[in-house]
Amino acid sequence: MNVKKLIATVIVTCLLLACSPDNNKEHMTGGAVNDSPVYGDVLVESSIGDASNLIPMLASDSASHDVAGYIYNGLVKYDKDYNIISDLADSWDIENGGKLLRFHLKKNVLWHDGRPFTAHDVMFTYQTIIDPKTPTAYAGKYKLVKSASLIDDYTIEFEYDKPFAPSLISWGSLQILPKHLLEGQNLVSSPLTRSPVGTGPFKFKSWQSGSRIVLEANERYFNGRPYISGLAYRIIPDQTTQFLELKAGNIDTMGLSPLQFLRQTDSQHFQAMYKKYKYLANAYTYLGFNLQRSPFDNINIRRAISHAIDKQEIIKGVLLGLGEEATGPYKPGTQWYNPDVERFDYDPQKARNLLNKEGYKDSNGDGILDRNGKPFEFTIITNQGNPLREKTAQIIQQRLKTTGIKVNIRIIEWTVFLKEYVDKANFDAVILGWNILQDPDLHTVWHSSNATKGGLNFISYKNAQVDELLEKGRYSFDDKVRKQCYDNFQKILSHEQPYVFLYVPYSLPVVSSRFKGIVPAPAGISYNLEDWYVPKGLHKYQVVP
Amino acid sequence: MLKYLAKRFLLLLPTFIGITIVCFLVIHLAPGEPTALQTELNPNITPQAIGQLRTHYGLDKPLTLQYALWMKNLIKLDFGNSISSDERPVWEKIKERMPITIYINIAAMVIIFLVAIPLGLISAVRRGSAVDRSITVFVFIGFSIPGFWLALICMDLLGVRLGWLPISGIHSPGYEHLSFIGNIWDLSRHLTLPVIISAFGSLAGLSRYMRSSMLEIIRQDYILTARAKGLSERTVIYKHALRNALLPVITILGLSIPGLIGGSVIFESIFSIPGLGKLFYDAIMMRDYNMIMGSLTIGAVLTLLGNMIADITYSIADPRIRVG
Repeated sequence: MNVKKLIATVIVTCLLLACSPDNNKEHMTGGAVNDSPVYGDVLVESSIGDASNLIPMLASDSASHDVAGYIYNGLVKYDKDYNIISDLADSWDIENGGKLLRFHLKKNVLWHDGRPFTAHDVMFTYQTIIDPKTPTAYAGKYKLVKSASLIDDYTIEFEYDKPFAPSLISWGSLQILPKHLLEGQNLVSSPLTRSPVGTGPFKFKSWQSGSRIVLEANERYFNGRPYISGLAYRIIPDQTTQFLELKAGNIDTMGLSPLQFLRQTDSQHFQAMYKKYKYLANAYTYLGFNLQRSPFDNINIRRAISHAIDKQEIIKGVLLGLGEEATGPYKPGTQWYNPDVERFDYDPQKARNLLNKEGYKDSNGDGILDRNGKPFEFTIITNQGNPLREKTAQIIQQRLKTTGIKVNIRIIEWTVFLKEYVDKANFDAVILGWNILQDPDLHTVWHSSNATKGGLNFISYKNAQVDELLEKGRYSFDDKVRKQCYDNFQKILSHEQPYVFLYVPYSLPVVSSRFKGIVPAPAGISYNLEDWYVPKGLHKYQVVP
Repeated sequence: MLKYLAKRFLLLLPTFIGITIVCFLVIHLAPGEPTALQTELNPNITPQAIGQLRTHYGLDKPLTLQYALWMKNLIKLDFGNSISSDERPVWEKIKERMPITIYINIAAMVIIFLVAIPLGLISAVRRGSAVDRSITVFVFIGFSIPGFWLALICMDLLGVRLGWLPISGIHSPGYEHLSFIGNIWDLSRHLTLPVIISAFGSLAGLSRYMRSSMLEIIRQDYILTARAKGLSERTVIYKHALRNALLPVITILGLSIPGLIGGSVIFESIFSIPGLGKLFYDAIMMRDYNMIMGSLTIGAVLTLLGNMIADITYSIADPRIRVG
């Protein structure tokens, strides 16, 4: 046999061998299933992007925050119904009408390296985030603190100039960092950015850039160790690949698309392997008008457009029905949502009447309404890479055409979209979405003082009454007063239609059916991950990989 | 020869500096900034925080000064730190993704050359025959099929339904506990699909190139002479024609050197391979200037060197164009 043939044979053999079935795969061990919580097994999650930095205040991507969320704790947190409950703080006092917050910390908390957690760590974290040298984007809320004082090792006080309603929960989003490992160090280049040490239910184990992050259960967690022995995040940038990995059983959970949820996960095999969940997501999509531009400065024109858009059709077309109509900036069915607002049902005749009243007639018979010889034509812009928004724009375009308004669509790459169009208020109308945060304070988005270049009120919505309500709601600690403020705020928004609030989509997560203890709630499913368990006999992984 | 080499090398310097200036200008001309993605449309962020971040990354300095600082660091072979949340050194991020990218590209290239050259050769020798036409159809199918589609079909068939190959990623869970051989085996199984599918799409180019080059050579007088001498067809084709027909292919080989560090964003995303293509693509989308400049610089250096190596090997292989 000559050399060439030998090489060819070797290559062919290698390729063939590489195709043989995987013998190493661990199979579910058989045996009786005893349905009581036991320790063990690993939950394999998938993430579209890699984490960037596991010191949360330095990271701005959701992957980093998701992972860090299991490693660190804040002083308080939300429970399954979005009530504020204790985390690192055992209890707290709110005094002086909300100007003073005093936290009494838990005493049995240990860092993952075994050192005790104290109020000094809280103080250190607070001082770090407000330090101008720290490259963080999240310092705003903590800069409102007038003075911070350590009372003793387990008590700390924060004093504010004026009461600030979201202040309490802001101490939940500040993840406390270990002072003994970071003091005097350069935060940005600290090893903790890649191998964090926290107080949370899971400890950091390993991180292969771009591939996998592994966490393991914290045996000494102050709320008791989680049942699951490990969490593995696999980084899979393509959603179709994620779905194939899910079907093959290589990942245990992912968020499905409406199409996958309805049409591709019906087989008996899939139903047996996975359990699907469905609840409203914390986000809504809207069509926002540039209120500085004519004719969108006219309330009747905006109301007419709202009547000319069929929201149900958008939900059916874009989300395959897996969403609900949005009527305002809060999530339907939650504490702050006001169902008692004006609704804009699809009514093209009403839309046309309103437009006629404002002087728009189809005088040349081309099917497009015009006023003073100018046709009613405008452009909707949205960002590239979000097919849901692109489809929404197309459906709106079709609907408005039948009412006699010509709509053009422009899809623009994200950074250009932000910098050149949104920030400079260089648009007629924009399709975008907001996350729905748990605190109702929406000062940054709707207050007239934020209608500046680069501000979040980029549609330039200015309403003195709304300003007043937002301020009152922001500085009151009385939930009844706040509820009244935000109820009225929603009524005004709905009446004026600065946005056409379009839809709130459903979150459609799927989790391997071997995980028990999952209780869907308003906060979703992952709020009690520490309580999930795999019954004995169903364990798939014996060691944390 | 040495003098020629030195001259060629010196000429590379101004070209290189020119490339970096153009790149630097172009990426700063694109609207948006590295801080945009971190800070825009985020209700938790104040304008002061944005200003603070810009200062931190040095984006508030004039462009010329930014370039000068970058150049100064480059002379010390320092590409700076990534302008993103992790702020790790650019070189460290590139280095950690380089081996897998090069490994895949070399594997794909070996397959392409091993398959495409014989295909082109057969096509040329049997021009117009059924074999030639089948080969043409085959390579053009590879050329025309969208790679991502073929990839997904193969993943579904071989990965999900048959379970013969891993679907994505480069390691199985727990690969740390495997032996060295086991590790290589594991890696090869993961890379089988990405390598074969990316090679399949590139067969057309090289095989057609080889075919036309070969056809041209066969028409030459010296081939006629060789045949007239009564040499066997085998000797004529393999000894006299093939060697000459391979000359242009050497150029292609040289020009593929920069391609060794360029990964395909689509394949890397679909197969979840942490390679340089995705790193570079994400850097562009996030306007991570230092990361983009780092990638471009390495790409530029490899392109320039690749060109030079192609020239040199060419002159070694073909005495007619030898200089000095």
